[in-house]
Amino acid sequence: MELPVSVTVNGRRYDRTIEPRLLLVQFLRDTINLTGTKIGCDTSQCGACTVLLDGVAVKSCTCLAAQADGASITTIEGLASDGQLNPIQEAFWEKHGLQCGFCTPGMIFTTHALLKTNRNPSSDQIRHALEGNMCRCTGYQNIVRSVQAAAAAGAR
Amino acid sequence: MATTVAAPARVFGSGIKRREDPRLLTGTARYTADMTLPGQLYAAILRSPHGHARIKKIDTAAAKAAPGVVAAFTGTDTEGVLGSIPCAWLVPNSDLKTAPYPAMAKDVVRYVGDAVAVVVAETPQQAADAVELIEVDYEPLAATVDPEKAVKPGAPQLHQEAPNNIAFHWTVAGGDVDAAFKNADVVVRDRIIQQRLIPTAMETRGAIAQYLPATGELTLWNTTQNPHIVRFIMSLVCGIPEDRLRVIAPEVGGGFGSKIPQIQGDFITVFCSMKLGRPVKWIESRSENYQSTTHGRDHVQDVEMAATKDGKILGLRCTVWAGMGAYLSTAAPGIPTILHGLMLSGPYQIGAVKEDVYGVYTNTTPVEAYRGAGRPEATFMLERVIDRLARELKMDPAEIRKRNLIPRFDNGHDVVTGLKYDSGNYQGALDKVLGHVNYAALRKEQAEARKKGRYLGVGVGIYVEICGLGPSQVAGAVGFQGGLWESAIVRFHPSGKAHVFIGSSPHGQGEETTFAQIVADELGVSVSDVKIVHGDTDNTPMGWGTYGSRTTAVSGAALAVATRKIKEKAKLLTSHLLEAAVEDIEYANGKFFVRGFPDKAKSIQDIALMANVAWNMPQGMEPGLEATTFYDPPNFVYPFGAHVAVVEVDSETGHIELKRYVAVDDCGHQINPMIVEGQVHGGVVQGIGQALWEQAVYADNGQLLTGSLADYAIPRADVLPDIEVLSTVTPSPHHPLGVKGIGEAGTIVSTCTVYNAVIDALEPFGVQSIQMPLTPERVFGAMSARKGA
Repeated sequence: MELPVSVTVNGRRYDRTIEPRLLLVQFLRDTINLTGTKIGCDTSQCGACTVLLDGVAVKSCTCLAAQADGASITTIEGLASDGQLNPIQEAFWEKHGLQCGFCTPGMIFTTHALLKTNRNPSSDQIRHALEGNMCRCTGYQNIVRSVQAAAAAGAR
Repeated sequence: MATTVAAPARVFGSGIKRREDPRLLTGTARYTADMTLPGQLYAAILRSPHGHARIKKIDTAAAKAAPGVVAAFTGTDTEGVLGSIPCAWLVPNSDLKTAPYPAMAKDVVRYVGDAVAVVVAETPQQAADAVELIEVDYEPLAATVDPEKAVKPGAPQLHQEAPNNIAFHWTVAGGDVDAAFKNADVVVRDRIIQQRLIPTAMETRGAIAQYLPATGELTLWNTTQNPHIVRFIMSLVCGIPEDRLRVIAPEVGGGFGSKIPQIQGDFITVFCSMKLGRPVKWIESRSENYQSTTHGRDHVQDVEMAATKDGKILGLRCTVWAGMGAYLSTAAPGIPTILHGLMLSGPYQIGAVKEDVYGVYTNTTPVEAYRGAGRPEATFMLERVIDRLARELKMDPAEIRKRNLIPRFDNGHDVVTGLKYDSGNYQGALDKVLGHVNYAALRKEQAEARKKGRYLGVGVGIYVEICGLGPSQVAGAVGFQGGLWESAIVRFHPSGKAHVFIGSSPHGQGEETTFAQIVADELGVSVSDVKIVHGDTDNTPMGWGTYGSRTTAVSGAALAVATRKIKEKAKLLTSHLLEAAVEDIEYANGKFFVRGFPDKAKSIQDIALMANVAWNMPQGMEPGLEATTFYDPPNFVYPFGAHVAVVEVDSETGHIELKRYVAVDDCGHQINPMIVEGQVHGGVVQGIGQALWEQAVYADNGQLLTGSLADYAIPRADVLPDIEVLSTVTPSPHHPLGVKGIGEAGTIVSTCTVYNAVIDALEPFGVQSIQMPLTPERVFGAMSARKGA
């Protein structure tokens, strides 16, 4: 059985026919070739696949592509505009919030979700918000600094 | 006439932003899993569900008939085509028994995750579906998973080549250890379990192999820390000559040692492409990664220390059973021996040491380097037993360390195991960390808190590590089946921009930035004008890879020397162009000029243009502005540091709160302090993970019970404090830039520092030992046991 879906990703509409079991992350990476979204686990722990779905940060491995039918999604490829980094991206660059870069797209969208509801989070609030995103390189400290810097720059 | 040229802020030592970040921040970086080649097929590997079993029959007929399936192969197909996976660290004088390590098991599986078959299909989903249709008839065999138990009589045997499962027995000894223990006033002992860990790079392993039958050429995209070693080993195993083999490490998402070895999946992927003549891609799931990519640590350590009653350490004696897993991974035997036993005396003046290390086959995933690799296990042993000695003698843990530290040295110090440390100021690091935390006040605070029933603990950890591996002659002498030098090519283009090609292969450590800083600092060009190229064996010079905190130490040295060659050639060309004697040519801030006449300077860009057009070269000078250096270091480098952890243990629940962690590390001169700090953060947190949360658990039958990220607890953001990072600077005397390594430092000492803090907190309960990880359950149990006693 194949299902038709229509998903808007980074402002562009994609009409595709998919297997019902296809995960949103697989749709993004394999069906429409936006590979910036990463897969770091198979149990929805690591958060590397976090994207914005209708403005909400979701782990795209926990969502079927079919469930995203009609939705609007932002992936890491859609965050910078005209070559200008988004303030969150700038903050991660400035504060050395990444090393190998694999967890970074997910971290950025979790940051986005946090700052949308809390414009000036404390260090504890940031660490709590990031608990669903794993990083093995940074020890999280510079990620926390990056989120603080993004908040200070007025990122939302 | 005196010349003064205003010096701009020096780029060496400046925490500039990383050049690799824009692609990583925008999703434009390409990791192995992100690539798709025309005509690409997908491999899915069937893995053993048994820790130990005989394969009676494999039936792939249903899988082959499934939709989209192109082929299915078993160990019968790969036998004779793929060679045994080689172990590349054959530690001498250890009676090493290297058992055959097939890319796919044919007769016997020896760990959960051992590869038994592969399906290749048009889509990843089809491959995953079809692999489930393979029927394997297993005869389960008794398994053994504990390295100490596995050597005992009657234990299940893994390999006929290795009686009693002993892969090797290695000994290191220096000084008269028997006399030390005979003359001792006091002897303290401990039994330490260095639990098995799973590296968990956020990117799993994977490969894309593209074999071209027409030419016999193979290109392999691989998640590796050392593409040149992959080419060498892959050539040996699959028979493709090295000149027809190209290995590319594209963007690589962390390694921590788990991307050093070549694992079964790499060879299987190559085999499939060779058989089918189409590109084949294999990407591990995380569960597959946990079973089939390498693990780390897994030591059982018996250690005893002899000392005088005033706290002077006389000797150290230990026996270690080091689990190797079911097969010997690429570097595995060198880790509990060379990288462990030779560091036994650490930063202390210890006159006598002896250690017996047994490498043991068990029905578990093969063990390999994991961040620190041998040195955390050595540091833990030493730092733990010193704390025991302090308690035995009722001395302060910091004070007893001070009494035994090697005094400051700047140019070589011989230690009892035969190593010559390059430089060290251990007392300086200890003083700095104790001063920063106000140690005396901390102890007062602890005493006050105890009166109120609150249990604060202060842990001190000091380390010196061996890294920057290393002189190739030493590598050969200790059985490493390769060299350990590095190379660099610096190539200036006519416009004055430069490419640097290196053989090492950074994967998150930031050398695209720090190496550009080296060139910028030496030649006065902008960092943004220097592109660092790495990771492709077809366009980079030979190098042995990124591990053992060696890239900046060895590859960086190669680059510094190559850059200085450029400078020398530029001086010669300047002297020709300005018609002056070369002795009179000076260099400052990117400009070459006749002494006293800085206004008539040639910039490095001028020289790059003139050398490339070659219109007016001195007699005998070759055109171009390019230099190559092969750098074999004269010694290892020995970074060191002193850390302090402060914890509070909740006596009602056993919960540990890590309240404070302070690191003082000395890696010599720092090229980019921001990156150094980031390495310390990550390293410290990984070590904390071992102390508090992480453990790969096997059931007695060989089942991996922590087979996913839902079961294996890597540190998360919400359970950590900020790490306070400080440093001292003691340059390496033999390194062209005076730098050492920093990648592993934090991990090497943070586990024992946190552990010591927890045991310190529990002093009122008389607790001296708790098995890691220090879960609340275990801590509470230890406290209760003592309360009840």
